Amino acid sequence: MKKLINDPETVVDEMLEGMLAAYPGELRRLDDTEVMVRADAPVSGKVGIVSGGGSGHEPTHAGFIGDGMLDGAAAGEVFTSPTADQLNEMIEACDSGEGVLCVVKNYEGDVMNFETAGEMAEMEDVDVRQVVVNDDVAVEDSLYTSGRRGVAGTIFVHKVAGAKAAEGADLEEVERVANKMIDNVATMGVALTSCVTPDKGEPTFDLPDDEIELGIGIHGEPGTERTDMMSADEITDHLTENVLEDLDLDEGQEIITMVNGMGGTPQSELFILNRRLQEIVDDHGLDTWDAWVGDYMTSLDMMGASITVAAVDDELKDLLEAPADTPALTV
Amino acid sequence: MVDEATQREAIRAAAEAVADRLEDEKTHLTDLDSAIGDADHGSNLARGFRAAADAVVDDDESTPQELVKTIGVTLISEVGGASGPLYGGSIMSASATLDDGLTAESSVAFAEAYLEKVKDRGDAQLGAKTMVDALTPAVHTFKKSIEVDELPPLTALAKATAAAERGVEYTVPLRAQKGRASFLGWRSVGHQDPGATSTWFIMQELLDVADDYLDGEVDVDASSPTIPEETPDEEES
Repeated sequence: MKKLINDPETVVDEMLEGMLAAYPGELRRLDDTEVMVRADAPVSGKVGIVSGGGSGHEPTHAGFIGDGMLDGAAAGEVFTSPTADQLNEMIEACDSGEGVLCVVKNYEGDVMNFETAGEMAEMEDVDVRQVVVNDDVAVEDSLYTSGRRGVAGTIFVHKVAGAKAAEGADLEEVERVANKMIDNVATMGVALTSCVTPDKGEPTFDLPDDEIELGIGIHGEPGTERTDMMSADEITDHLTENVLEDLDLDEGQEIITMVNGMGGTPQSELFILNRRLQEIVDDHGLDTWDAWVGDYMTSLDMMGASITVAAVDDELKDLLEAPADTPALTV
Repeated sequence: MVDEATQREAIRAAAEAVADRLEDEKTHLTDLDSAIGDADHGSNLARGFRAAADAVVDDDESTPQELVKTIGVTLISEVGGASGPLYGGSIMSASATLDDGLTAESSVAFAEAYLEKVKDRGDAQLGAKTMVDALTPAVHTFKKSIEVDELPPLTALAKATAAAERGVEYTVPLRAQKGRASFLGWRSVGHQDPGATSTWFIMQELLDVADDYLDGEVDVDASSPTIPEETPDEEES
């Protein structure tokens, strides 16, 4: 399989170097790590918001570093958790004395390394809290997770936590709004093709040309079922119905939606999904307050998409529409 | 209690012995892991403990507690994945019990803290086919031997190591409920857990090193520790 890389071993390092070269005034890389932080971290008087995980999900995570979102992001190897010592360096670099909130996606490696990093940071008297995003309604336990996986809904959590911290709220308040977002968001994805990791160089799983995998994870972990290829509308119906069933919302509820590309899907197709998504939520009597469409949480070059729906109230809406200025998202 | 310089020497020797042993057992552990995991347990742990041994080999300044903590922190950064936090994070965290250095009492506290941290971090209970299945009988046996039976530390450690071995055997017929092996469901039955196995190997090396540093006790064979006769809970009259 052809890839625009020099060496599988240097993919993460070279990606970070290139990113730094694109945003020299905004980003800073901590020495001898794969950690990126705001150039001006730690921001005085502000709770730090950090995230991280395996690489391969770009623009997640470092693409969301900036005003109103993340202060730091740690990049592990492709689909591999960053180590706890690097996470600890990130936490310490982003602590202004107001404490740090870690936004973690629910994968065993990520959760354990963030917990261990939190203990290391506490030994240095940093106040650390951790929230775990588990928005994927597809499977309860999976290859890398006990409980539900954390996927694209994480971006909304970054956004509200980042906005709350930018207001000058304390760590407890920032943690509260992050958990509020987590409690109200649900996602489900589909793959048309497998992703190809740099070190393997071939598809992670076999998916025949005429079949799709419903409920796919963002690392190519198996989903709930494999079916014959369907139309965009049929796929959107399936994903959305599962998401809405999980959320169980009242008629008239205001929502934010996201159609997220997995990395190898053209924008045109994402908009086609969004067209149908809005029809379905309308049929359910839901009121779309905002609709995001784009590549936010990818899986390398996988063709596919995920659909996220979140119930919002005035507080979450204020935070979601508060200013943000990052490489991948400007509000 | 042995003096601080001797404790330091023993800790470094233990790190070295564990690194050597895991290097020797790398293929064995990786074979166990490839049956029910992702085939990297042997190489990751061997690399991590080698780095940990290197990190303390020339350290004549740190306290025993600091040395143990350094070993934990090095494992965290070198092993990665879930094993970094489970092995290294738990050592780092449990090192807090060694304020007064290595004594029989603090060793029990360390062992208990380590077990609790592994269970908490991995969210694993006894019988889930994990390292907890080797650690739990080992730690319980160690504690009882020291605190209830008042056996000499070396004898207690020998009994604990033998208990760990039984724990490893106990994992074979279990269905995995944690970690990547759990995804295999019933297919995991009949395979020995690699984490429990490496835990037992580590204990054998600790026993071997302890045998070198604790004089005046019975000689033990670390590869097959003799299980002394069970001591009755109540004194015989």
